[in-house]
Amino acid sequence: MIVTNIEVIPGKTVIKHLGIVNGNTVRAKHAGRDIMASFKNIFGGELKGYTELLQESREEALQRMIEQAQAIGANAVVNVRFSTSSIAAGAAELFAYGTAVVVE
Amino acid sequence: MNLDLIVFLVLLVLGYVFGQIAEKRHFKSIIEREKALRDVLCFNERHIPDLGPADTTLVAGSVVVSIDYFKRFVAGLRNLVGGRMNAYESLLERARREATLRMKEEARARGATSVWNVRLETASIYKGARQDVGSVEVVAYGTARIPR
Repeated sequence: MIVTNIEVIPGKTVIKHLGIVNGNTVRAKHAGRDIMASFKNIFGGELKGYTELLQESREEALQRMIEQAQAIGANAVVNVRFSTSSIAAGAAELFAYGTAVVVE
Repeated sequence: MNLDLIVFLVLLVLGYVFGQIAEKRHFKSIIEREKALRDVLCFNERHIPDLGPADTTLVAGSVVVSIDYFKRFVAGLRNLVGGRMNAYESLLERARREATLRMKEEARARGATSVWNVRLETASIYKGARQDVGSVEVVAYGTARIPR
């Protein structure tokens, strides 16, 4: 599975277009992490717990998108975009979407 | 003197001292790593010019950075009179540069020499108690070109 955020894959040609695939996830850290983060809000600096959270959500969203692409018989996803939103304090929503294609 | 005022002043001083130290240290490390990763080129151009056979892969880097208590207080004052908010500007700059660096680090680990179509995405997972900007989350992503 080739995943890229440009429209074409160098050296390969798209032979079939299968439409948009997407994956999303909403994750939260346990309350302990939230408390630690509010302490960090006094001193400033990186919130490692939330960085981890963001990274995990990104991987999860990508994974779901890839699974969906595989299910419809694609071997590549091009033009991938990430989008984030916050629906609740302490929770992260990450949304990954792209175009599933068959390349040769 | 009432207790609230003492707590407030203590938080302000703690925020100022530790915030300044943390920010200086962070900027120093950012500058150092930027130098080390200078040969991984970043472009936001969408089309990769034909530079010979190569593989491509998606790389990304993310970071969540929080502002300190002192800066938030200063930003609150600034809100009254308007103008540039230096406190938040440096926060955003740190977050963006750090996320880009982490993306470059991933690209380097995969043997890439350049990253194309770089996009930066910001969000807000955590909001302060009064719903003001407490921290900022940045995701940087792009397509790494790995020469074969």
